[in-house]
Amino acid sequence: MKIMNCPLNGPRNISEFVCGGEVRDMPDPASGSDAAWVDYLFMQNNTAGVIYEWWCHVPTTYWFIARRDTRSEEILETMAVGDFPSAGSPS
Amino acid sequence: MPWNLLKYGLSRKSHGPAHFPPPPELKSTYDVVIVGAGGHGLAAAYYLARDWGIRNIAVLEKGYLGGGNTARNTTIIRANYLTPEGVAFYKESVELWRGLDRELDINLMYTERGHLTLAHTDAAVRTARWRAEVNKHLGVDSELVFPEEIARLCPQLNLSPQVRYPILGALYHPPGAIARHDAVAWGYGREATKLGVEIHQLTEAEDILTEDGRVTGVKTNRGVVHAGKVLQAVAGSSTLLADMAGFRLPIQTVPLQACVSEPLKPILDPIIVSGSLHVYISQSARGEFVMGGSTDPYALYSTRTTLDFKEGLAAHMLELLPMLAEVSVMREWAGIADMTPDFSPVMGRTPVDNYYIDAGWGTWGFKATPVCGKRMAECVATDTQPELLQPFRLSRFAEFDSVGERGAASVGH
Repeated sequence: MKIMNCPLNGPRNISEFVCGGEVRDMPDPASGSDAAWVDYLFMQNNTAGVIYEWWCHVPTTYWFIARRDTRSEEILETMAVGDFPSAGSPS
Repeated sequence: MPWNLLKYGLSRKSHGPAHFPPPPELKSTYDVVIVGAGGHGLAAAYYLARDWGIRNIAVLEKGYLGGGNTARNTTIIRANYLTPEGVAFYKESVELWRGLDRELDINLMYTERGHLTLAHTDAAVRTARWRAEVNKHLGVDSELVFPEEIARLCPQLNLSPQVRYPILGALYHPPGAIARHDAVAWGYGREATKLGVEIHQLTEAEDILTEDGRVTGVKTNRGVVHAGKVLQAVAGSSTLLADMAGFRLPIQTVPLQACVSEPLKPILDPIIVSGSLHVYISQSARGEFVMGGSTDPYALYSTRTTLDFKEGLAAHMLELLPMLAEVSVMREWAGIADMTPDFSPVMGRTPVDNYYIDAGWGTWGFKATPVCGKRMAECVATDTQPELLQPFRLSRFAEFDSVGERGAASVGH
């Protein structure tokens, strides 16, 4: 079983977590264009490499951010949302 | 006769010509370049040559012929989808499958075994009835059956109510079939080369060359190849190629794992699928149980396999088919699947002129090989979106006009 290090609960089995997808900027609800919303809702960067992702530890419903390599499956780092370098726009 | 076989074995004579001629030198210009020599790319090449007279075609493949998802799927062929658009598309595919052995002069071992999608909840029974009615309306043979009939169709199933998820009903689809997947790529590839198509293996696309919004060629690890038109058919790596061409895709690359058991005598006739239990299973012509489950729970460009997958699969499988308890798993593998938000493929024209896409095949691509090849050939040759592919155009997302097939995906995701 693969282990993920939860910032709140420590190392836990990966089956206790769900992935919430890549961290991306949401368009501004007041001024975002249709094209920006289409991109945000449907399109994917689908990067083959290192990305920042939302993850949730399901038993405690704790959301945090992980840096993961989508080629090697290596979890490089996990952090509380407050410790995320620049909210919404990594990479 | 064993003696004839022995004599033949010792005679060093080769029986008939090689499957494929040695590939000619890679030219600098082709009318059409197809990236990806899997079933889909080779089928498109074959139909372009046969139906549209375009024979100056190169099919580029970074690995070996049919070594991607064509070799990694679980070979199930069916047309019992949920949306009218999906049913019409897969229905044409089943019609093409039925005559394909003779057309390609290769034994595809296409066998209609019947297909049971089990329902364990009231909601699943409702979806099964919905699919059955849409199917019947469009001339596809499907019906909703209940435990008494299921017991007759597949007595091996555990129909006891004393389990966690008792079987309440099933969508029965008699034309559901399996086939020998490798032979599909070999058959299309061989017939295409007979018509003049060149297949270049170990030739990787490194960049897509464009000029004024129009594709001009492909940069490969063996030099630049100029092309009038380019078709990408690279399941799993679709985004990497679309990035090179310069447009965005609604695709996430996720592994899908599968495994086979040791071979046993024929015992399981129909193909069994359970969406709620994330299981599908069929017995191949050589006796192996071919088994798969849902896609992995997060994005990954890797074909590794995991113990979690096998544990989850086995637990549910044994509830359905307790007879498999002592059977060993022999091989396991994974393919990387293009998952789309609406569980439907992306086919046709793209924002780049003369550049066409065949992608988004998630966990449902093998069954569509013939129809997709045929219709993509039409799309490439005429530079128009065929009517059958219209619902699956890339621009449907921007138009909020998606084709929701999640309810007909073989397993929950």
